[in-house]
Amino acid sequence: MMTMNAQKNKIHPHKYSMWIAMASITMMFVGFTSAYVVKRAQANWFSFELPPVFYVSTVVILLSSLTIYLAQRQFKARNMSAYKQLISVTALLGIAFAVCQVIGFSDMKAHGLPLNKTVSASFIYVIVGTHILHVLGGVVVLMVLFVRAFRTRVRTYSTVPIEVASTYWHFVDGLWIYLLIFFSLAR
Amino acid sequence: MSNEATLHNQDLAHHGHVEHGHGNGHDGHDHHHETFISKYVFSMDHKMIAKQFLITGIIWAIIGAFFSVLFRLQLGYPDATFPWLESILGHWAEGGRITAEAYYALVTMHGTILVFFVLTAGLSGTFSNLLIPLQVGARDMASPFMNMLSYWFFFLASVVMMSSLFVQTGPASGGWTSYPPLSALGDASIGSKIGMDLWLVSMAIFVVSSLLGSLNYISTILNMRTKGMSMTKMPLTIWAFFFTAVLGVLSFPVLLSGFVLLLFDRHGGTSFYLSELFVQGKVLPNEGGSAILYQHLFWFLGHPEVYIIILPAMGMVSEILAVSSRKPIFGYLAMVGSIFAITLLAFLVWAHHMFVTGLNPFLGAFFVLLTLLIAVPSAIKVFNWITTIWRGNIRFTPASLFSIGFVSTFISGGLTGIWLGNSAIDIHLHDTYFVIAHFHIVMGVSAFFGMFAGIYHWFPKMYGRFMNQTLGFIHFWITLVGAYLIFWPMHYEGMAGMPRRYFDYSNWASFNMFGGLNQFISFVVIIVFATQLLFVFNFFYSIFKGRKLTTPNPWDATTLEWTTPINPGHGNWPGEIPEVHRWAYDYSKDGKDFIPQTVPVSPDESQH
Repeated sequence: MMTMNAQKNKIHPHKYSMWIAMASITMMFVGFTSAYVVKRAQANWFSFELPPVFYVSTVVILLSSLTIYLAQRQFKARNMSAYKQLISVTALLGIAFAVCQVIGFSDMKAHGLPLNKTVSASFIYVIVGTHILHVLGGVVVLMVLFVRAFRTRVRTYSTVPIEVASTYWHFVDGLWIYLLIFFSLAR
Repeated sequence: MSNEATLHNQDLAHHGHVEHGHGNGHDGHDHHHETFISKYVFSMDHKMIAKQFLITGIIWAIIGAFFSVLFRLQLGYPDATFPWLESILGHWAEGGRITAEAYYALVTMHGTILVFFVLTAGLSGTFSNLLIPLQVGARDMASPFMNMLSYWFFFLASVVMMSSLFVQTGPASGGWTSYPPLSALGDASIGSKIGMDLWLVSMAIFVVSSLLGSLNYISTILNMRTKGMSMTKMPLTIWAFFFTAVLGVLSFPVLLSGFVLLLFDRHGGTSFYLSELFVQGKVLPNEGGSAILYQHLFWFLGHPEVYIIILPAMGMVSEILAVSSRKPIFGYLAMVGSIFAITLLAFLVWAHHMFVTGLNPFLGAFFVLLTLLIAVPSAIKVFNWITTIWRGNIRFTPASLFSIGFVSTFISGGLTGIWLGNSAIDIHLHDTYFVIAHFHIVMGVSAFFGMFAGIYHWFPKMYGRFMNQTLGFIHFWITLVGAYLIFWPMHYEGMAGMPRRYFDYSNWASFNMFGGLNQFISFVVIIVFATQLLFVFNFFYSIFKGRKLTTPNPWDATTLEWTTPINPGHGNWPGEIPEVHRWAYDYSKDGKDFIPQTVPVSPDESQH
């Protein structure tokens, strides 16, 4: 009855909304990092090495980007069991990422850098913490997709939800890479 | 059908609608299964969500304006006692006189409520929701579900903010800007305790609501326009809502990050904003924080926020002036260009709120220049509004009067902006009543005029009835005259150096001469407030008893919303969505009074 042919050149509004939402989230982190830059330019800035586990979490989140990419391909190939496995793996990697970051926090605390002492450490806790929340938001979305994939009564083969989810996932991945580079350079 | 095809998943629900098409557009209860809950409460119809925003906004406006009446009583009659105050405010007005704490709480909540809950959510939330799908030719927003969430987040923010009015230590009272350290230290004042936390939580929820709404507005305008509706054929209202949403999406998140850091300062023991401080004789453990940092983050939103408030009003005024003077808008592309210029400059001027914070004067010079540049697009817009009504065949309705009033207040309030934008003059005028006069006229009164114009103009679309015109005229004249009588004298008070935010000036000999003037202002405030209640009465009375519409296009306008049935159902058009062939401003063209956008261009038509 309805064809998608006329829509070839048109981006799906939900995907478009996702891009705007990403611009919005970017602005939030721009706000954070510019506050960091302003504060750093002032007196008594204490600089320290990032906890090494942050590099482990970087590998984890990069891997998860790969798995969600593969999941999307499997979905398009209608290979639903592989798709379900891959999004589960992605979600687990997301949780593993969050765990690594929290380990990083306890590492910082053990080295005399708790939340409420040096402001340079406080920034790491708040910014990285906000980023963790965004990753966990992505995990929730993946869980919803996972449950949906098991629905038997209503089957949808629209690729839009998984495409939107994977765009977001790559975005939070990229956001972490940006933050890592930023924290390493502007210490 | 193309947009439905894009959204094939979610639009299955509306489908019944599209195919059955109910002649006069009343919602088909028999085949749509709408319950009271799904139609009036958790509605996903953009028109119902617009009404929800509007009515919530009206309730907030009454509360916020009433607060201003209360603190104007204190300012106008500092020695008098009003026993009835004690019966509504309790120990906050012991003996019938407002306490200093209550005064600051009232001032803070007046600002917060009016700026965010009324003129952001109530204005842009109402009219972006109502007009975007109707004027671009879409059945609904890109995501009706997110749109519903946007309202309910706003509702939740409202509940939290409202509850802060009833906590024992009172609501936030450190000013609507919530500068630290006052807002960061619970011991700094009683308004900095739980009231401040509720304020921050409510505002964070509000930001989420605003983002969900703005995402949808942008996505709908860019993706869901009907066939033929190219960007340059859109009415100026849509352009204004579009840039408003862009401003919101890019500036509200920065405010949110500022609030997150503030919350950590309050409860996490961090020192983002707190430097070495003594509170009640005790040394705080914090060191090295920068209170100015908060101001940067706050005003990075705070300045775009004033354009978030004024742009929708500008868009609606442009549309209403063209309709009511039966002339095409003058300089359509210049109007679009100046909205764009304002949007761009909005992000580059925030530090003009901070000239006296010890900002580097060299840096200040750039902000002066960029601030004064805003005068250019603003002047273009004013010029175009005046040339639009120039020699027009003006139909005086409450909507057109409020639009003309908007142009008047925007000029008088805008000119004082040029004074304040100069960092040298600002040193004298900063934090005086001059600033109060400036922003109340240019942003408060003007935005309200735009909102009133919009309500009177689109009320027939919302409820299928007219508002009472006579009451509308009374409302307009008293409000216009009253607004000038209230705010004009404040310029003089400000130039004399009278500072804002003070509870009592009576012990200050240099301002004793303003005693009578303050009394006069307060007196006018009460009259104007009563007139707004008249408007509220008119609004609710007309919903049920107003004169019914007999034609779908009561104002003889060209835009698409008037091609829908008088009471459009969910989906807006019973049949196919109309195709657009021309811009929205073909008035008095080739001997015709107006040509709707849906009429194809005939070969012998003159070019516009």
